[in-house]
Amino acid sequence: MKPHSIHQPTQRRKILGLILAGALVTHPILAADYPTAKVNTTGLAVTDTTVTVGQLHSATGTMAISETGSIEAEQLAIDQINAAGGVLGRQIKVIKEDGASDWPTFAEKAKKLLVNDKVASVMGCWTSASRKAVLPIFEKENGLLYYPTFYEGLEQSKNVFYEGQEATQQILAGLDWIAKEKKAKTFYLIGSDYIWPRTSNKIARKHIENVLKGTVVGEEYYALGQTQFGSLINKIKLKKPDVIYAIIVGGSNVSFYKQLKAAGITADKQTLLTISVTEDEALGIGGENLVGFYSAMKYFQSLQNPTNETFVKAFKAKYGEKSVIGDVTQAAYEGPWLWKLACEKACSFDVDKVVAASPGIELDAPEGGVKIHQNHHLWSKLRIGQWGADGQAKVLYESGLIEPNPFPKGYQ
Amino acid sequence: MPIILADYSISEIKSIFIMQGFAGLSLFSVLLLMALGLAIIFGQMGVVNLAHGEFMALGAYMVYLCSQITSDHFPAFQKYYFVVAIGVAFVVAAIFGAFVEWAMIRFLYKRPLDTLLATWGLSLVMQQAFRSIFGAREVTPTLPEWLMGSFKPTDTIDIPINGVFVMILSLLLTLGVYLFMFRSRTGLHMRATVQNRIMSGAVGINTTLVDRFTFALGCGIAGVAGAAFTTIGSTGPDSGSRYIVDTFLVVVFGGAGNMLGTILSSFGIAQAQSISEFFLEGTMGKVATLMGIVVILMLRPQGLFPSKVRV
Repeated sequence: MKPHSIHQPTQRRKILGLILAGALVTHPILAADYPTAKVNTTGLAVTDTTVTVGQLHSATGTMAISETGSIEAEQLAIDQINAAGGVLGRQIKVIKEDGASDWPTFAEKAKKLLVNDKVASVMGCWTSASRKAVLPIFEKENGLLYYPTFYEGLEQSKNVFYEGQEATQQILAGLDWIAKEKKAKTFYLIGSDYIWPRTSNKIARKHIENVLKGTVVGEEYYALGQTQFGSLINKIKLKKPDVIYAIIVGGSNVSFYKQLKAAGITADKQTLLTISVTEDEALGIGGENLVGFYSAMKYFQSLQNPTNETFVKAFKAKYGEKSVIGDVTQAAYEGPWLWKLACEKACSFDVDKVVAASPGIELDAPEGGVKIHQNHHLWSKLRIGQWGADGQAKVLYESGLIEPNPFPKGYQ
Repeated sequence: MPIILADYSISEIKSIFIMQGFAGLSLFSVLLLMALGLAIIFGQMGVVNLAHGEFMALGAYMVYLCSQITSDHFPAFQKYYFVVAIGVAFVVAAIFGAFVEWAMIRFLYKRPLDTLLATWGLSLVMQQAFRSIFGAREVTPTLPEWLMGSFKPTDTIDIPINGVFVMILSLLLTLGVYLFMFRSRTGLHMRATVQNRIMSGAVGINTTLVDRFTFALGCGIAGVAGAAFTTIGSTGPDSGSRYIVDTFLVVVFGGAGNMLGTILSSFGIAQAQSISEFFLEGTMGKVATLMGIVVILMLRPQGLFPSKVRV
């Protein structure tokens, strides 16, 4: 190297270039590389150092038993993202709102988050009823919702990303498995009385009658929060179906499974497949009331893979050793990550650009690899788990990656 | 899908009626437990206590607390704690009831609309207290082994043990309340104060204390009802609001101020609901029952057995 001299600018430039390269290597994303004026052209709550997102779940009410897990998982993901440098160099700030298990409250809070707080995205909702209540607001205000729950499908919106499975992914594959495994011909469909269980059972009935050539011997719905299932259980005893297909939601699960066990209906005598019991509900119900029953989900806490093991450890470290992680909790965890990847691909927080950049994005999630589809749903696998007395499920079956199809022909 | 009896054999139909009859009786005892405490407060004192459901939830949470303490510190008592826990539920709910009466209700006896508002506020405060202390998620105490499972008199009939337990509890409680009200001195004082407050005071009965005691008793009974419900379902901060509507329904339908009315009303509503739930479905059964109640109340607005004298 030639000795330093002010008359040799190329020399200085080389040294400066080395220093800059070094800086870039150690600080990959600086907020300064993404000036606010460029990444936020739609008036969202973005500053040079922070970006604000909203969280809208039921912290109280009958749905709290199910939604608390989602709240915790989303917070964990956001904390991890912030620790790793944030999104586009900005730390994520969260505005938390409580939908209180009341759908009009969800709509009101959604409006507040989008119009008053101008959040860049919202992680929220759980029941289909809450999602339907907020959908018109997200579409009118051009907001962005990351929705974690498995649901009945028959919906697709530019402003929503569906992290959970829709009916064809969760219901059809599950019914196929149980019909084959248990040689089931008769089904008793039960559910809580609102859109998701009713639509799901409608899809289930069509599949049972047209494809599996089975019979539906009963179909009943009970209000959310119902605790008296005596008459229903008596009717089930009368009809003796091969499979009870249960979609009971929220706190009612506890009463239903306890009363089922008290009436002597246990897994050795009666097969039961549910799509609404995850580890969160099992914690409230008590594993001893669920032993031997099956759940059809895309994720179980007991899945064996490195990403899941790290995730479970991190979750328990933050929320306690006794924490459990259900399907929706894991799906909620994917939300902030999917949003971060989309923002970085789009180099912007503007909703239109983030939406355009999303299809094709892949994430190595605790459930395995997932990919965002053009229709804003995720490619994912279906698993059948059998509950044990400890409130954990043993995975008996795993499908291949199922393409999401929210508008299946012949099921509407 | 409505049930058609012709599809079943005679022995199956017999089993249906026995199990369904039991379900109806079980529901009857649940409604009776809930309504008994309110019948005393609303019926005897004319106080509309919208926080009654929260006193039930208080009883349930006390059982949960006892369950936690037993499993953490005294695992040997796992089998016996439940009965003690019911006693604890009664005492805690009664003491808190007495406190509420002293602090708030006694200023509002002549102002029913204000009592309505005040007790509504109290229910919100209690719900938030539960949320802050016990968490927003629903909790269940670990039930003792002898309470789980069912009797099997025949192959097709299963009688849940916790249903029998709730029935026995409500029977004992109703009997206890009846004996107390009609065969004891304090009960006599309570009835006297309700019938003629001024005369009772003149005769030397401390009406202030009697009022406090009556309110506390009603709340204590609500606590026991809540304790019994831990065998049926889980408890959350807003569990009280789920019970309050049915409770008022039973008391108003039976005619406020009359224990016999409360008993018959809970029986009637329970059977109507069970039967209609069986032949129709789920929510439709409830709709049918409520429509029936509306019609009867329109024809007889004072309830089935109104008392002739009110405060």
